[in-house]
Amino acid sequence: MTKSNLQKVLESGAFAVTGELGPPKSGQRDVIEQHASHLKGYVDSVNITDCQTAIVRTSSIATGRILLDMGIEPNIQMTVRDRNRIAIQADVLGAAALGIKNILCLQGDHATLGNEPKAKNVNDLDSMNLISALKKMRDEQEFIGGDKMDAPIDIYIGAVANPFADPFEYRPYRLAKKIAAGADFIQTQVIFDMERFERYMERVRELGLHKKVHIIAGITPLKSVGAARYMQNNVAGMLVPDHIIDRMRKAKDKKAEGVNIAVEMIEHLKTIEGVAGVHIMAVAWEEIVPEIVTRAGLYPRPKFD
Amino acid sequence: MIVADRKPLAEILKNIEPYKKVLILGCGECVTVCMTGGDKEARETALALSIARKKANNPVEVKSHTVERQCEPEYLESARHLVEEADVVVSLACGVGIQNMNQYYADKRTLPGVNTTFMGMPVEQGVWTENCLGCGNCVLDETMGICPIARCSKSMLNGPCGGSQNGKCEVSKDTECAWHLIVERMMKFNKLEALQEVKEPKDWSTSHHGGPRKMIREDVRL
Ligand code: SF4
Repeated sequence: MTKSNLQKVLESGAFAVTGELGPPKSGQRDVIEQHASHLKGYVDSVNITDCQTAIVRTSSIATGRILLDMGIEPNIQMTVRDRNRIAIQADVLGAAALGIKNILCLQGDHATLGNEPKAKNVNDLDSMNLISALKKMRDEQEFIGGDKMDAPIDIYIGAVANPFADPFEYRPYRLAKKIAAGADFIQTQVIFDMERFERYMERVRELGLHKKVHIIAGITPLKSVGAARYMQNNVAGMLVPDHIIDRMRKAKDKKAEGVNIAVEMIEHLKTIEGVAGVHIMAVAWEEIVPEIVTRAGLYPRPKFD
Repeated sequence: MIVADRKPLAEILKNIEPYKKVLILGCGECVTVCMTGGDKEARETALALSIARKKANNPVEVKSHTVERQCEPEYLESARHLVEEADVVVSLACGVGIQNMNQYYADKRTLPGVNTTFMGMPVEQGVWTENCLGCGNCVLDETMGICPIARCSKSMLNGPCGGSQNGKCEVSKDTECAWHLIVERMMKFNKLEALQEVKEPKDWSTSHHGGPRKMIREDVRL
């Protein structure tokens, strides 16, 4: 089996850095290339969102292939919101055929929150079922229904965790469940409330979960006070503590302060036992990623043959 | 019970525009209990329609009547005389009753006067919630009596998703997160370990996704 770059980095024990790209509401390849170009060389893999917040955008798999052409490793996000198990498994095979190796399993925001609120929410599988299905396809060469595949596929299976969603006490157990289902790595929701994340990780370590899976912590650089407030109020399961909003409010140069906060957070995350890397979500602000990665002492990125 | 919501008067008016004699037919079961299509609502609807048509200079004769149970053929016969003398029937029963009427009185059209919304129950005066989707494969034994198929917005078998906050669903602050309730109840009964089992993908073939369903009971057939 050939491993993805992300898998190699995580297995080497290096602190991983992943980026994120939101495909455009158009079919413009050059727009994708332009955004992605900022990330090249500064991250180990780039997440490509799958119609995030239920907004119609270029498909993640097609975008992933464009990144591969640019020499950037994609991590395809795949939700269960829009496709049933037939379409999902077909897309997994298609992604593999295109050379995509990382797949991140998500449930997907409810369609009523997006730009097609009258859509049918599919949810034939749930995110846990998707993880199990990918594992079955990879390790047993078998589809969900039991039919055999003709040949194996190489995929590195990712899942998400939201330490800030409720019920808080249950969240580490849900992470354990995702590991049991077959997740190789985990990317978390954006962290602003470091204290709550620390408590979450404490419980994760008590359960020994950090030894069974690579946990990549999510951060996002804030651009403005409004962005912080928006996330607090409109992004499902996101907590932005008042002290962060205050700091942004008092800052003269909001963007610079947002970057400072992000860099400080990465420095902090590096010290938490069980955190294997950082996932930097700077969607539509990709050009800031090189500065954050460099200032956080994470450049250059490890290279493998 | 089956919960329904009366269609806006304007929509009913538009549908009955070509007709001069209209029968509003209520049902004595679920729609009576949810205060949408019982005898009282049938009378009110009839009155409202005739006033509106009078105002529009297009008077109509509207009668109302209620049968005990519109979803079973044997209860429809009692309305024969009224149905026959009307140009059209507007049923305030659920979708089952409306179809039964169209089938039983096949020479007459019966139009829907309500939107059938869900299978549910009253939680307080004037508030009803959805509780069952009739998926044909009940999981309430595994989920502490709270249905994740009907009450989780994403019908998850391995919830809760990352959108659950303060016990509410990401879809609306007015909607309880079913999985929050399930986890709480599991904790109360010391059954959290049961939640650690990864549930297999649901077999949707027993639900509507397997095609329209039919139940045949050989033991009670004549
Ligand atoms: S918030 Fe709760 S009820 Fe809503 S979709 Fe998520 S798990 Fe289901």
